[in-house]
Amino acid sequence: MPNIAVLVKRVPDTNAQILVSGDRVDLSNVKWVMSPYDEYALEAAMMHKEAQGGVVTAITLGAPECDKVLKDAKAIGVDRIIRVWDDSWSELDSNQTQMALTSAVKEISAEVVYCGKSAADTGAGSTGPGVAERLDWASASNIIGLEFEDSGIEVIVPAASGNARTGISLPAVVSCDKGFCKPRKPNVKGIMMAKRAQVEVLAAEIPASGINIVSHTPPPQKAPGQTFDGATNVPAVVAALRNDANVI
Amino acid sequence: MSETVVIAETKQGMLHSVTAELVSAANALGSAPTVIIPGTSDSAAAAVAELAGVGRVIACVGDCFSTYDAASWAKAVDTCAPAGIVVCAASQNGKDLASRLAARRSISVVQDVVAIDGSTLTQPIFSGKAMQNIVLSGDAVISIRANTFAAVGEGDGAEVTVMNQSADIATAVREMIAKANERLDVAEADIIISGGRGMQDPVNFVDLERIADALGAAVGASRAAVDTWDEIPHSMQVGQTGKTVNPSLYIAVGISGAIQHLAGMRTSKYIVAINKDAEAPIFKHADYGIVSTWEEALPILESELKALLG
Ligand SMILES: Cc1cc2nc3c(=O)[nH]c(=O)nc-3n(C[C@H](O)[C@H](O)[C@H](O)COP(=O)(O)OP(=O)(O)OC[C@H]3O[C@@H](n4cnc5c(N)ncnc54)[C@H](O)[C@@H]3O)c2cc1C
Repeated sequence: MPNIAVLVKRVPDTNAQILVSGDRVDLSNVKWVMSPYDEYALEAAMMHKEAQGGVVTAITLGAPECDKVLKDAKAIGVDRIIRVWDDSWSELDSNQTQMALTSAVKEISAEVVYCGKSAADTGAGSTGPGVAERLDWASASNIIGLEFEDSGIEVIVPAASGNARTGISLPAVVSCDKGFCKPRKPNVKGIMMAKRAQVEVLAAEIPASGINIVSHTPPPQKAPGQTFDGATNVPAVVAALRNDANVI
Repeated sequence: MSETVVIAETKQGMLHSVTAELVSAANALGSAPTVIIPGTSDSAAAAVAELAGVGRVIACVGDCFSTYDAASWAKAVDTCAPAGIVVCAASQNGKDLASRLAARRSISVVQDVVAIDGSTLTQPIFSGKAMQNIVLSGDAVISIRANTFAAVGEGDGAEVTVMNQSADIATAVREMIAKANERLDVAEADIIISGGRGMQDPVNFVDLERIADALGAAVGASRAAVDTWDEIPHSMQVGQTGKTVNPSLYIAVGISGAIQHLAGMRTSKYIVAINKDAEAPIFKHADYGIVSTWEEALPILESELKALLG
């Protein structure tokens, strides 16, 4: 029976206003949630267990306040919850993040890892394929379909000429887009279980960061636009797109 | 100054035009790059060699390139690519390959770079609600958003070396499921016209399609449109949980401009909004806003464009 891991991340709610104060974003007043794509990854992990048995472990990387997303995963029904962290860590780059998560995946001897296709904060999408490379495993990114088979899984991934139905032998890392499942909601029993659940905290060896974050800045402000009242102004806008903007 | 390497972007074996922008980004980092073409055809190699600002070209050929398999591509490309700062396209596969390659080399990957100023790289964070400015402390793999660097022009012709690579393919494509329609993908388009819940009925998207055809544009949609109507597939969705696009022109029709929609299209060079509600948030982000119903505005837009573009 497979040992199933799912990577989850705590991020600001996608509705949150993000302000820059000094040279860093100020996240002190935002509401935090599990990154939206991770909910699909979590659902995929639960579906895998329902199809083939096994144990589902949710893993996150972060300080103690990240326990909440693990408890949310626990309320959905995962078996184990693990947080990787060292108090000396800050502003981890992709290399450090992936090393830390990879060591947790090895620690629990997982055979399949599900994660979201990208996290709502960085939008990078580097973690799934990066962890796969470090484990020397196969990977599929941005899946929009998932079936379980005796010796592996079958996924659907978008490709240039359509969608590719692709077979993957395990072990593998699978990053999930939305569309192939509907994440379940926690029930009361799950929420009660989650309250009592213990978060296992793991340490990890990580390399030095390869980047220096110099600053965060607000997005470049565009010049204010023009608003026209009524459809009779459409020709004027078309003319402006042609003559001023040069885009048509 | 470290060496720069560009991984050319290909689409079904053909060179993608964003490659000329990647060369431009590598030049901005300070050197004429070695351009690696994964699984190239001769014509793609010749096309890259013709680009200005290219140091040399390595055509990386092998069976593993017949379909996209992240693990084998990374292995093969890693063998061909010299050490240095590696530049990829921030496309779906480009970002995936960038992550694999960086992990293979135990270096950082910096995705979605939109500006390079000396040694400072800028990338959007929180879906473009803030920018992160970083300096690399060593080699790294970076991916570049399309449409942010001017494409290089034609050069004197660089030398092409062919390297044969083999790597075991870890995934097996069993079947290609053709796209439901052959329309241009929003991720590929330089002009996009998107419809939202304000279109009221999915059949009304044909009005957007006719305008798209006149402009050579792709048709996109808001999440409300995708979630409400089965006829509008998720592949059309622009936004936080859809595609991030960076076209020259984005026309939003019957879209309110929720923060999660803006997350996917706010960097568009020009934004036009058509919405009947003058208070709709989209107008704050539009270069040209038209307060009107689409029923009134779209027929005029179509006839104006047809008159202009023939
Ligand atoms: C985690 C999360 C992720 C999300 N991801 C995305 C995403 O990727 N993409 C996305 O788009 N949304 C996303 N959303 C949803 C987003 O918050 C909005 O609900 C959605 O964008 C609204 O779509 P809409 O503008 O089409 O619909 P509405 O907000 O209902 O707006 C319809 C607009 O049409 C106008 N209208 C109505 N009739 C007409 C007419 N006849 N002519 C002209 N205008 C008319 C109205 O004035 C209104 O402004 C996400 C939300 C969450 C919580």
